Amino acid sequence: MSGAQVTEETVKELCDLAQLTVELAKKAGADDAEVLVRDGSELTAKVRLGEPELVQEAGSRALGLRVLRNGKRAVTYTSDLRREALEALCAESVTLADFAEPDEYARPPDPRLLATQVPDLDLYDPRVAEVDAAWALRQAIAGEAAARKHDARVTNSEGGTWSRVLGATAFATSGGFVGGYRGSYASLVVEPLCDDTTDATNPKKRNGYWWTASRFLAELDDPDEVGQEAARRTVATLGSRKVETQECAIVFDPEVARSIVGTVFSVANGSSFWRKSSYLLGKEGELIASPLVTIIDDPTIRRAPGSKPFDGDGLPTRINPVVERGVLRPVLCDVYSGRKLGRESTGSAGRGIGGNPGPTTTNLVMQKGTLTRAQLLADTKRGLYVTNLMGFGFNPVTGDFSRGAAGFWIENGELTFPVSEITIAANFDEILKRIDAVADDLELRSATAAPTFRVSHMTLAGTSASA
Amino acid sequence: MTTTLPAALRAPFGAGGASAIDAQLANRLLGLALDAGGDYADLYFEFRVSADYVLEEEQVKTLGRGITLGLGVRVTKGDATGYAYCEDLSWEKMAHAARTAGQIAAGGGHAPIGVGALASVTTPSFYAVPAPSLMMPAQDKLALLRAADRAARAYDPRIVKVETSFAEAIKEVLLFTSDGRMATDVQPMLRFGVRAVAEDKGKRQSGSGGGGGRYGMEYFADATRDAAAHGREAARIAIAMLDARDAPAGEMPVVLGPGDSGILLHEAVGHGLEADFNRKETSNYTGQIGKPVASPLCTVVDDGTIQSSRGAINVDDEGYAGRTNTLIEKGILVGYMHDRLSAKHYKIEPTGNGRRESFRSMPLPRMTNTSLLGGTDDPDAIVKSVKRGIYAKRFSGGQVNISNGDFVFSLSESYLIEDGKLTAPLKGVNLIGNGPDVLRRVDMLGADFQLSDGIWTCGKDGQSVPVNVGTPTVRIASITVGGTQA
Repeated sequence: MSGAQVTEETVKELCDLAQLTVELAKKAGADDAEVLVRDGSELTAKVRLGEPELVQEAGSRALGLRVLRNGKRAVTYTSDLRREALEALCAESVTLADFAEPDEYARPPDPRLLATQVPDLDLYDPRVAEVDAAWALRQAIAGEAAARKHDARVTNSEGGTWSRVLGATAFATSGGFVGGYRGSYASLVVEPLCDDTTDATNPKKRNGYWWTASRFLAELDDPDEVGQEAARRTVATLGSRKVETQECAIVFDPEVARSIVGTVFSVANGSSFWRKSSYLLGKEGELIASPLVTIIDDPTIRRAPGSKPFDGDGLPTRINPVVERGVLRPVLCDVYSGRKLGRESTGSAGRGIGGNPGPTTTNLVMQKGTLTRAQLLADTKRGLYVTNLMGFGFNPVTGDFSRGAAGFWIENGELTFPVSEITIAANFDEILKRIDAVADDLELRSATAAPTFRVSHMTLAGTSASA
Repeated sequence: MTTTLPAALRAPFGAGGASAIDAQLANRLLGLALDAGGDYADLYFEFRVSADYVLEEEQVKTLGRGITLGLGVRVTKGDATGYAYCEDLSWEKMAHAARTAGQIAAGGGHAPIGVGALASVTTPSFYAVPAPSLMMPAQDKLALLRAADRAARAYDPRIVKVETSFAEAIKEVLLFTSDGRMATDVQPMLRFGVRAVAEDKGKRQSGSGGGGGRYGMEYFADATRDAAAHGREAARIAIAMLDARDAPAGEMPVVLGPGDSGILLHEAVGHGLEADFNRKETSNYTGQIGKPVASPLCTVVDDGTIQSSRGAINVDDEGYAGRTNTLIEKGILVGYMHDRLSAKHYKIEPTGNGRRESFRSMPLPRMTNTSLLGGTDDPDAIVKSVKRGIYAKRFSGGQVNISNGDFVFSLSESYLIEDGKLTAPLKGVNLIGNGPDVLRRVDMLGADFQLSDGIWTCGKDGQSVPVNVGTPTVRIASITVGGTQA
């Protein structure tokens, strides 16, 4: 399937198309125009109980346009890339912009700030593109089989899925920026299932998963290891039960710790600030977390999942500390939110095909601590080790945090029995300030990543009502 | 009723369009798809035009518009699916997609099966909109945004920020199947939303309002849901929540208000009754047909035929007409929601629940409008019956684990019940429970059934589809409330 390969020529072609559309938009009457073009292809191979369940293979291309005219904006997109269709899109966009109201903050960035080169961050592996459906199916089969073989209590499966995406992105602006890059990403996830008859009156299924992912084929874990780890994690949840409502220590496994780090960004960005939608408003430079907490957004890590050479405004990307030893640093901004707050962009603009740019993260990483995970657990007398979080119980305006959780009960430094159907709650400000131990088990498998860490206490809601 | 659309909103694959697809051409493509030995194939052509308008800081900030066009080709062999799509309706690209999807059957089985003559499926009409909102001038929609903004600000001087949005789309689909069915549908959708932030003495809270469905602009003619009403509702919640106090933690009785609370039902039982999970024996409702799975008070229905509702479908994305399907009758599980694949497995008729996000995705069993039907209790009497508990009025969302049935819901507006009266508003809190457990604990059901206004979007396997939910006032004897006051 070498036909899937994304070449430098493809990137060049997309850059040309983006530049052409900028020209067409200006001809149609736009004062300024910004054009994003994406070309992507996917291959998904899913197996269940050893048999193929789905093979999906396709490519697509789309173009997003933003025009500015007399300070007014319109955003449009299409997958019809014929020249006459693009001309029509440009004309319609300009007409549409006339209905908007002028927004002085929406001007394009100062051309002097635009990126002048596109660094090669080694984000594309041709070997990922060489994979065909048959090979992908074999990987998925191997991963699932390893899980089922590992433990007889794995009685069913939600399958094994091997997938890859390949893509090229190009961006051009009337301010003079043009650039593009390509990327690859491959992953395998295995999802075993067990029957849990611990409670005979209410038998349940228990599901779990494990995964591997990388931009580079050779960096993926072996399917056998993925399957075995998936089986271990699933079987361990057999007999899960509620515990009593109480205050206790909460230890976050890296799989959920990263969602806490993602929540930090949701209230530490320029957009939530100018919208007054963040409880952190006005707290830059202040201690907002335990001194053990340092979170850095780093787009420059070679081969990393969230790396990118320029941002959605065409500015160079750069390393931005978000929280440094507990202190909130200047929040991540794109050009627009920066202007709204009277400051410069941090080069953090993200942009989708059909939308305005807004602040986003690249590789958002909580830095590791000095304890091993085993030491951290051994040092925890009683509490909950959380492996799963459910729901969306976070209010960015107030910081109120309440989410469903599952994991394992910790007693005298050891994981004892599995726990589910409980919630953990506290104000997010308290959660961050109560982090009292950070482990050294950081892995950069996902764009947002964190090591295991512990919050000294939160409210766990389970059985028996409070008085 | 027929709708006459202007050229810009008409699908290019329709009769007279630039890439008109007729039965003969569809037959050829289906033939190619089945060439490698598949059992069944279908073609799903989709054309979608959407627009959105956002008002923020009393200014119309951005207008957006998008066009999507494409073809999805599916081939099945046994339980296996091959799927491919293209965005370019040239013969070469469509034929490539058909052959790629057909590869799922490669190397196995029989000679290509013939494709039957294609006959149009008769479809009902649950959302005949004489004039889709996309045909109406942009100024009309901007006027709605301004009206909602003004109403929210006028509600209380403590409202410091208002965002209003209007999103509209029209989607035309054209379907052909190798078992001889041909269907077409035009699906309008609009959604209006308001978010207000209130500030007082250093405290900030937000509230949301909104609604919509498969309507044209006539949606706003009803004064209970015009733009200003949605604006006031968002402001009311934001102001009410300024006084919110920390919620309790632990198990206690919960009363669900009518309408929005249906989201609890959607998560607690709805997903577990989608037949794919049961066919694969991964749901905790597997093998439970004919057995009690809820309190005898509970009758749960998934109904794709509710006029103009956000979840209504004339025809599902596999060419089967939308239907009313009873899932739980007086506490007994009577049926699942099916797509073609699961219906074949269970040897029954598809139930009209095969839905997909777009031509880029294969259909799955999905909900449409899912409701817990009303009972006989007086809603006030239900609240009065609770000594200490929670009254849940508005929800912001939920999630379920299909396998073990555990679910969570986020409450965006709730109150403490003390001695049968609503007292203090509570800060945002989650409820967590287990689907079968919670439905067994339903012990009072109001006579005030209400459908939620159309705001819900359901996600499954990375695919989003519009749905709706409904309930009467419901009392649950006990459920875990995830507050901070242990």
